Amino acid sequence: MLSTLESRFREVAPSGCFCSLRYVRSMDEMLAVRQDVPQPPRLYDDVGAMITVIKDGGLGYAATSDLSLSGLRQAVRRASAWSKRSAGRSVADFSAIDMPHPRGEYEGPETVAWEAVPQTEKFDLLREVCASLAADDSIVDRRTSLSHTYLEQIYLTAGGGRVVQRIGMLCPFISATAAAGGEAISRSLGGRGYCRQAGLELLDDIGFRSAGPGVADEAIQLLDAPNCPAGTMDVLLAPDQMILQIHESIGHPLELDRILGDERNFAGTSFVTPEMFGSYRYGSDLLNVTFDPTRPGGLAGYAFDDDGLEAEKAFLIEKGILKRGLGGAVSQHRGGLEGAASTRASGWNRPPIDRMATLNLECGDSTLEEMIAGIERGVYMKTNCSWSIDDSRNKFQFGCEWARLIEDGRLTKLVRKPNYRGVSATFWRNLRAVGTAGTADLLGTPNCGKGEPNQIINVGHASPACVFADVEVFGGE
Amino acid sequence: MREYFNQLVDDATEALQRDEVLLANLYAETSDFTRLNRSAVRQAGEVRQAYMSLELVRGRRHASSILTLTGQLDEDRGRISQALDGLRGRLAETPEDPYLLYSTEVHDTEHIGGDRLGEPDTVLERILAAGAGRDLVGIYAAGRIERGFGNSLGQRNWFSTNTFHFDWSFYHEADKAVKASYAGFEWRPEEFDGKVSEAAEQLDILRRPPRTIDPGEYRVYLAPAALAEIIGLLCRGGFGLKAHRTKVTPLLRMIESGTMLDETVTLRENIREGMAPPFNSAGYVKPDSVTLIENGRYRDCLVSPRSSKEYGVTCNGADGHESPGSLDLAPGALDAADMPALLDEGVYINRLWYGNFSDRSGGRMTGMTRFATFWVEGGRIVAPLNVMRFDDTVYRMLGENLVGLTKQREFLPDSRTYQMRSTSSVRLPGALIDKLRFTL
Repeated sequence: MLSTLESRFREVAPSGCFCSLRYVRSMDEMLAVRQDVPQPPRLYDDVGAMITVIKDGGLGYAATSDLSLSGLRQAVRRASAWSKRSAGRSVADFSAIDMPHPRGEYEGPETVAWEAVPQTEKFDLLREVCASLAADDSIVDRRTSLSHTYLEQIYLTAGGGRVVQRIGMLCPFISATAAAGGEAISRSLGGRGYCRQAGLELLDDIGFRSAGPGVADEAIQLLDAPNCPAGTMDVLLAPDQMILQIHESIGHPLELDRILGDERNFAGTSFVTPEMFGSYRYGSDLLNVTFDPTRPGGLAGYAFDDDGLEAEKAFLIEKGILKRGLGGAVSQHRGGLEGAASTRASGWNRPPIDRMATLNLECGDSTLEEMIAGIERGVYMKTNCSWSIDDSRNKFQFGCEWARLIEDGRLTKLVRKPNYRGVSATFWRNLRAVGTAGTADLLGTPNCGKGEPNQIINVGHASPACVFADVEVFGGE
Repeated sequence: MREYFNQLVDDATEALQRDEVLLANLYAETSDFTRLNRSAVRQAGEVRQAYMSLELVRGRRHASSILTLTGQLDEDRGRISQALDGLRGRLAETPEDPYLLYSTEVHDTEHIGGDRLGEPDTVLERILAAGAGRDLVGIYAAGRIERGFGNSLGQRNWFSTNTFHFDWSFYHEADKAVKASYAGFEWRPEEFDGKVSEAAEQLDILRRPPRTIDPGEYRVYLAPAALAEIIGLLCRGGFGLKAHRTKVTPLLRMIESGTMLDETVTLRENIREGMAPPFNSAGYVKPDSVTLIENGRYRDCLVSPRSSKEYGVTCNGADGHESPGSLDLAPGALDAADMPALLDEGVYINRLWYGNFSDRSGGRMTGMTRFATFWVEGGRIVAPLNVMRFDDTVYRMLGENLVGLTKQREFLPDSRTYQMRSTSSVRLPGALIDKLRFTL
C-alpha cells in the first residue's frame, strides 16, 4: 500500500506549496458477552486519506476514501480550492509556518497478537468472566467485552516527509449492575480505563480473567452501603479516578487551541492564559505532569503527531509551576508558545487539532498505607463514573463507583455514590501526597470529545494515587 | 448514490449462499466544514465519506462489518465480497444468538430532499461580514446526507437530505459569549441577518459588569436550548427498554416507585416531524411517534429488535441504542414573551452545558450554565451571571418545582458531527422552574 500510495501522491501533489497526505486505516473488532449471551461480532474497516494544501497563506483540506490516482487528484484539487478560499481570511498566515517533513517509523508494543487467539477462545473467556459475575439474584445485568483496534497511519509530505506508524490497542471491559428496592448500582473493572497499546497480554497484566467475582461482589456490597456523607474533608483518589481529574482539569486547560480560542464555541475556553506559562503556580510542589507519547503501552503513543512533529517527553508542570502547553506546529506558531507534538486527528476524515496524547502525573514517594494513615477524616474513591466541568475548565464535579471512609488513619465503612466538587485553580494546590509507583497505573480513555467538526479520540494517562486536602464531598439522593 | 447502493446490495445478494440473509445499511455524506475563530477561518475543507454496513445472517448466527466505500464500483464490489467472506468464516465460530431479530416484511420507503444549499463562497462572505468588528467563533457545516437500507429479501429504504448548520458564538471577553445557530435546508440571508441581530443585542447586555451569586436555590427560566441539555441527558438510558429492564435508567424511580413529573410533561419520540431517517438498521420502519411520558407518567419505551426478542415486547423500530432521535416535549401555557416578567427575580439561562449524572438511579444530574446567562430583577434582565453549577433531580426540576412550560417551542437540530453529521433533533418549549439548586 505504502509504495502505491506514495507514488500516486508524488504524482498529484502540487508544486510551489505545502501539501501533505495523511492515510489512516482503522480495523476494529468488538466481541462481547452480556447475560451469558455472546453478542454478534462487530467489525469495522475504515480507510481513507486527507490531503492538506497550504498556499498563499490559506489552508484547505479534502478527505476522501477514493485512494485511486484520480481520487487523490480530485482531493488535491478540492483542498487547493479551500486553501484559496481561506487565503487572506485565516487566523494566521499558514504559509509562514515551518511545517515538518519528518521521516521515521513507529510500531506499538504487542506481545500476544489479537489474531493469535481464535474468536472461539475469546468468546470462551468472555463467557467465563460473564458467568463469574452472577454472584446472586441482585445482579440484574452483566457484561464483558474486548475491543481491539489495529491502526495504520502513513504521513507523506510533498517536501519528502514519510512516516509510517502501526499500533494495536486493546480495551477490555467488565461491568455488573446490582439492583433491589428501587436502587441500582453499577461496578466495573476500572471503568473503561484499562485501555492500552497492547496485545492480549494486557488481560493478564490487569487480572481480567479473575476479576469478575470481585466486581460483582463490590456492586452487591455497594447496594447495601449508606450514601457517602457530605462535608469538607480529604480525598484519596485511585488512578482510575485520577485519570479523569488530570484529563479534565489539567489536560484540557493546557491545550493551546483552547487558549487561542478555537474551541470556544464547542469544547470551551481555558482559565489558562499565555502569560501564565513559566510562572503560574498550578499546584503544590508535589505536582509534576509530563506529556509522554513515547511511554510504552500508553494508549496514545506515537513517534510523530499528525502534522509530522516528532514526539518527545516534556514536563508541562514541574514542582507545581506551569511550564508549557499542549499544541503542535500550527498552534505553537500562532501563539508564539512552547508546546508539544500533540496535534492529532480522530481519523482520515477529520483535520488534526491539539490533543492530550499520553499525559501523566509523575509518581511521588508516599505508599498507599502512608497516605491512608495520614488522613484523619476523608474518603478513598475509585473508578470514575461521572464528570462535568465548566467551559473554562475550572468548576468541576466528579462521581465515582466505589468509596470507603477513612477515619483516624484507617479505612472504615463502604459508602455509595461518592461525588466531589472543586475548582481547578485551587484544587491542585491542595495536593498533599503523591503515591509511589506501587500505587500507580497506566490507563486510558478511548472517548475524548472535542473539535469542530467533532472528533472522538483515544488518550492515555498514567497516575499514582493522590491525596487532596479540604475537598467538598457528598453522596446520592 | 442510491442506485449505486442498490446495485451493491443486489450484487452482494446474488453472491449469497442459499441459507444466508444479508442486511445492509449506507451512511454517506459530502460535507463542507468551515471552522472560524476571531471572525477568521481556522480550518476549512471538505469530507466525502460513505460507509456500508453488512450483517450476514445464517440461521441464528450473525456477524456484521462496516467498511468504507470508495465510489469505484469494482473496488467496492471486491471489498464487499472480501468482507462477506470474512463474516462467513466467522459465523462458524460464532455462537447462536437467541435474540436475533430483523424485519422480514418487505416495506420500501423513500425520502429525497432537494438541494437548495448556498454556494460556499457566498455563505462564507456573509458569515465573515457578520463577524466584522466582532469576535465570532464557530463552524459552518453543509452538504448532502444519505442513508439507505437494503436486504436480500428485497427491501429498499432511502433517505437523503441537504442541510446546513451554522453553529456560532459572539464573544465579549473571557467566557462571556452569546451562542446562536442557524440551520435548515436553504440559506436565506435575511433570516441569517435576523439571527445575527438577535445575538448582537444579547452581546450588548454581556458588556455590563457580571454578577456572581452564592450557591443555593434560585428561580430560573430555562430557554429551550438549556432545557435540551437536561432532556438530552435523560436520553442516555432514560427511554430504552433495555435500560429500564437492567435498572440503569435515570428514570428508575418513575418505573419502580411511580414517582411522577409534572402533569404538563408529555414527551414523544416524534419521528414524523423530525429530521432522521424513518427506518432502522434491521429494516424496521418506525411509527410516526412513540409516547414516552404522558402527563407526567412513564408510558412506553423505545424497543429495538434485540430488546424485543430478549424481553418479549413488540419492536417499535428503535435503533440498537434505544435513544430518541426526534424528541418532542409538548407545549405548555406560559407565553415566552412574558418570561423575564414571569421570572421576576432569578436566573435566565440560555444554555446549560456538560451535564452528567451525580446520582443516576436517583435521577439527579449536574451541569454548568454557559453562554448568555443573566440575572433578572423586577422582571428585567439586569446583568450577565458568572458561570454556576447546578445539581438537582429531574423530579424536582420537571416535577414539584416546575411552574410551567412555554406555549412556544423551538426546533433544535443537533449540531454534532462525531464521525458523521447528526440527523437528530429536539422540539422543546422553555421551562420556568421555581427552585433550581446551584452548588458551586
